Amino acid sequence: MLEEIYTELLAEHSQSAENRRALVNPTLKEHGHNPTCGDDITLELEISDGVIKDAAFTGGGCAISQASTDMMIELMRGKSVAEAKKLAELFIAMIKGEVTDNAELEQLDEAIALKNISNMPARVKCATLAWHTLDTALGKA
Amino acid sequence: MASRNFLKDFPIFHGKPPAYLDNSATTQKPEAVVRAICGYYGGCNANPHRGVYDWSVKATKIYENARASVQKFLNAKLPAEIIFTKNATESLNLVAQSYGAANLKAGDEILITISEHHSNLVPWQIVAKKTGATLNYIYLAQDGNLSDVEIHRKLTKRTKILAVTQISNVLGLINDVKTLAAKAHEVGAVIVVDGAQSVPHIPVDVQELDADFLAFSGHKMLGPMGIGVLYGKKNLLETMPPFLSGGDMIEYVEEQDTTFAELPNKFEAGTQNVGGAAGLSAAIDYLQKIGFDEIARVEKNLTELAIDALKKLPYVELYGCDSERDNKIGIVTFNIKGVHPHDVATILDAEGVAIRAGHHCAQPLTKYLGQTATCRASFYFYNTIEDVGRLVDAVAKVRKVMHLD
Ligand SMILES: Cc1ncc(COP(=O)(O)O)c(C=O)c1O
Ligand SMILES: [Zn+2]
Repeated sequence: MLEEIYTELLAEHSQSAENRRALVNPTLKEHGHNPTCGDDITLELEISDGVIKDAAFTGGGCAISQASTDMMIELMRGKSVAEAKKLAELFIAMIKGEVTDNAELEQLDEAIALKNISNMPARVKCATLAWHTLDTALGKA
Repeated sequence: MASRNFLKDFPIFHGKPPAYLDNSATTQKPEAVVRAICGYYGGCNANPHRGVYDWSVKATKIYENARASVQKFLNAKLPAEIIFTKNATESLNLVAQSYGAANLKAGDEILITISEHHSNLVPWQIVAKKTGATLNYIYLAQDGNLSDVEIHRKLTKRTKILAVTQISNVLGLINDVKTLAAKAHEVGAVIVVDGAQSVPHIPVDVQELDADFLAFSGHKMLGPMGIGVLYGKKNLLETMPPFLSGGDMIEYVEEQDTTFAELPNKFEAGTQNVGGAAGLSAAIDYLQKIGFDEIARVEKNLTELAIDALKKLPYVELYGCDSERDNKIGIVTFNIKGVHPHDVATILDAEGVAIRAGHHCAQPLTKYLGQTATCRASFYFYNTIEDVGRLVDAVAKVRKVMHLD
């Protein structure tokens, strides 16, 4: 159970520094926060012509929230706003246990590794924080 | 001396329970408490204070006996000085909104400590904003205890209310409330004591402390959730306006005016939690049978074992554990380098160890410690050496699970 959550992949993403920065020209900036566990991120997006050109984040929190944010950013770079919204919805549905079909979830790329969080109600908010934050941000795009 | 095994008295610990180390959040209930609650609901449930028939008279008796039992437990002068509430939070809100709002004005100061639980902090922020009073903080010395220099500097003639926790729910350190009360009285302030963590663990005598108000919750001392206490000195409670209003707290109600009931009913509006009071009373009986000397002995032993073992792990950082061990109850707060407390708690949970991770409703203190969150293991007298072993073994696995070692 634990090994299925705290994988090497999750460890790498939670510690990766590549996407942990501020953008030079962000067009959208959104703050997300889990009051219970203290996860706190600020997501920055550079969108032009309806496409996410670049994304990055700052902040801190548990390994699950940080890895999930990092995976999301890698997935979203280069996607259209419409595609990004769909993927965020799909990820949230996966964590809620509403979509379980692996073929469909393949679209989430590495973030599919977080599927088992759906069995850990206490950590669902950690996994979905970034994706909800993105969803809110894109609502303003 | 080997401890008596208390676990058999607690239905929840029969079978294969986790090592329950979140006792600062809430404690488990012995059979005797569960039986007292069932006995009331199954035996003589009725609305107290209202009926003249047998069950109502019995319910009233159970409720008032519980008040007398709390009075003796705290060594209060009078039963009327014991107000039943939902919990410590409601008790502290009562003082802030009734006493605070009636006695504070612009230019006055409310003094609290940086270690306060949000329950003894937010109500004072609100009443400060409402009255124009200033809210000041006493900060800590290096070892986590209140700094004497800070107390001297900040407790002044402008201070009208000093509100302090007797024991911090994050650091477990015991504040010298008796000395603080004397100092507060010297400058003409009243002292409000948050006893949520102290009343369950150490003997508290409100007359000896000379506390003006003291709040605690039943559920942190073996009692049920939903019953708490506010102790207040009679002369203060008498001058205070009601907090909540409605049934049971009145004497006469006319169309435009009401005269309020005597203490303690003035502060007990509406139908009260008789079953909760019965449970709290049974909890007090149970605790007194064990005795606070035994409780302190067991907790100190477990705490020292845990601190000594955790100190051997180079990646564990402990908070509030440098100070003298006699001045501390069974709370061990720590972090594991490189691992967020929430991940620690998940990994410990998988190992059958229940601890708390987060800011423990004391965000200003957590920030003051330079952290965003911490892990907290908190003991009660029913915990065992095996529980400490499970905690330490599980902590030792964390960095490996996180692929850090
Ligand atoms: C020091 C302290 N004060 C107040 C409270 C609030 O208690 P309750 O939630 O029962 O009102 C707590 C509980 O965590 C506490 O530890
Ligand atoms: Zn988290």
